[in-house]
Amino acid sequence: MDILRFITAGSVDDGKSTLIGRLLYDSKSIFQDQMEAIERAGQVNGQINLALLTDGLKAEREQGITIDIAYKYFSTPKRKFIIADAPGHVQYTRNMVTGASNSDLAIILIDARKGVIEQTYRHSYIVSLLRLPYVVVCVNKMDLVDFSEEVFLNIKKQYLEFAKDLDLKSIHFLPISALNGDNVVDSSTSMPWWKGKSLLHFLEEIEIHTEEESPAPRFPVQNVIRPQTTEYHDYRGYAGQIRSGHFTVGDPITVLPSGLTSKIKAIDTYDGPLTTAYSPMSVTIRLEDEIDVSRGDMLVVTGKEPFISQDLEAHICWMDQKVLTPGSKYLLRQTTNAVKVSIRSLEYKVETSTHEKKEQASLGLNEIGKITIRTAKPVAYDPYSKIRGTGSFILVDEGTNQTVAAGMLL
Amino acid sequence: MTNAHRLSHLDQLESEAIYILREVAAQFERPALLFSGGKDSICLVHLALKAFRPGKFPFPLVHIDTGHNFDEALKFRDDLAEKIGEKLIVRYVQDSIDQGKAVEEKGKFPSRNAIQAVTLLDTIAEFKFDACIGGARRDEEKARAKERIFSVRDEFGSWDPKLQRPELWNIYNGKIHVGENVRVFPISNWTELDVWEYIRKEKIELPSLYFSHQREIVWREELVFPVSKFISLDNTDKVETRTVRFRTVGDMTCTAAVESEANSVDDIIREIQVSRTTERGSRLDDKRSEAAMEERKKGGYF
Repeated sequence: MDILRFITAGSVDDGKSTLIGRLLYDSKSIFQDQMEAIERAGQVNGQINLALLTDGLKAEREQGITIDIAYKYFSTPKRKFIIADAPGHVQYTRNMVTGASNSDLAIILIDARKGVIEQTYRHSYIVSLLRLPYVVVCVNKMDLVDFSEEVFLNIKKQYLEFAKDLDLKSIHFLPISALNGDNVVDSSTSMPWWKGKSLLHFLEEIEIHTEEESPAPRFPVQNVIRPQTTEYHDYRGYAGQIRSGHFTVGDPITVLPSGLTSKIKAIDTYDGPLTTAYSPMSVTIRLEDEIDVSRGDMLVVTGKEPFISQDLEAHICWMDQKVLTPGSKYLLRQTTNAVKVSIRSLEYKVETSTHEKKEQASLGLNEIGKITIRTAKPVAYDPYSKIRGTGSFILVDEGTNQTVAAGMLL
Repeated sequence: MTNAHRLSHLDQLESEAIYILREVAAQFERPALLFSGGKDSICLVHLALKAFRPGKFPFPLVHIDTGHNFDEALKFRDDLAEKIGEKLIVRYVQDSIDQGKAVEEKGKFPSRNAIQAVTLLDTIAEFKFDACIGGARRDEEKARAKERIFSVRDEFGSWDPKLQRPELWNIYNGKIHVGENVRVFPISNWTELDVWEYIRKEKIELPSLYFSHQREIVWREELVFPVSKFISLDNTDKVETRTVRFRTVGDMTCTAAVESEANSVDDIIREIQVSRTTERGSRLDDKRSEAAMEERKKGGYF
């Protein structure tokens, strides 16, 4: 069994929480005491309010909106699912980015009565920017448009027209009613014109592409393990999680950014040594030579090096009340590395609903733009489009310690 | 390379948890692993062995003992710490009560759950812990489902669900101001079933409480409660002997048993697969109000 992580996105009242409630309910993943708790909390129009299953905060239940991501779990015999139920409000865009950054797939909900709206554009843009491999567009509330195929096809056409400028590799469409359960877990009898799978069936069957298939082996060092005991007197292992590709004993290794070279002597785990280890395994690597390696360094197979530079270009999503202005300094965290940086320029801001690039002096909360950065030390990286794990970063404000930006290197 | 090397869901969860533990070791000066002798924290200890051996743990194990714990869990706690040769620190809620810092609840169902936070915060201050690793899972409770893996708490230990840091990819931001601390949850993405399947796969030993045994119980609000010196019985309570086991182990005053014949990990997994109630359904402390857990966490609870 493997894991599929997905995010649900869409505007407020498009029914995201209801859809997740329905997925859990119809797949029999809701427990009796949870059902009793939401039944106690009251009904909406004579039906159980399934949204209460995910809106876990008091303020959310009071306002009937989702403020922060709720993570939900369920599994079928085929797969374990981790759902990031993200808020739809523009003001919580940063929470949507948080959820999307860890997902393999996005479900974008569209209200069949309203069609493609500004939030659909915004969320699709973010999904494209974060390069989620799959998008499933669920046209919801089909019961409120008489299950009309024409309405569904019009929305599909409208979305495809908008999406042609985006970098979305695979887009699927589904007509559903989350409230009634049509095409969520079970196929709908109200839409005989729909010959496709139900949403759950689709999620179970879709093939997940991960970075273990990448040809570029990347191993950012987290800790150096040096027991200094009699038994392990000379033991010096580099602990970390393989970000992409695989490593084999004997592989020639280059340490970045220093450029020192060696060979893999052993790959250790608590359960014994391995000959080959794959992404995303957490292991401990030992090298044949005693060379200087510490946290933040990256081990790569010689000949398959990433880029190294002090001048970086990136797309960022700004997440702080205090605006980003050129000249400001931050701490950049990329893999296990932390380095001081200065923002050299703000190239443009992107209008997420039109893709228009605008010049402006600063970048505000929830805005997306392209920047150039100067780092204090050379950084080893891959473009985000090649390897998510080495092309992503966050910026931390060293005054407030807040995470102020999500970045994707170009 | 092909799909043949795709890790199973348990291997993925394990690798993620090891990565998180190693991030704690690297990003904090004085972390601690909160260890109660329950199944989730036992799994954390096992994951720490995988993360740091052949080295020592870069943190002590810390238990906030409410004084109402099961003897079996305490013995298991001490034995395990000794077996792996790691440091165990125990601090007692009773001491906080004796010092007048915490006030015991009254009534028929008194619980030390809320005042446990007082002792925890004092312990954090005593040792200047800047990170506390815990075995909480997001599937346990709806407020937990909202929490980040690195969850920043202010100097009062308080969690503000509206001001959580964005948590992007697996890049964790452990930067805090003096006095603040971070609660870290390496097994956030595990479910109860994942924990049990992991226990089976790794052959992890557990306290006997988790397996079926005969025990004196009373019925409280349709839940099976263990008879102990910590609960007050009156003439409406009928003591019976039943075959039970515990799905979750907390205080004897608030942890209900379930009637069960399951006495092996295989049996338990089969039982959970068909169970119609959550693990927390047997915790009286969560049934107090719709937002019981959220309120406790705002007050500094784990």
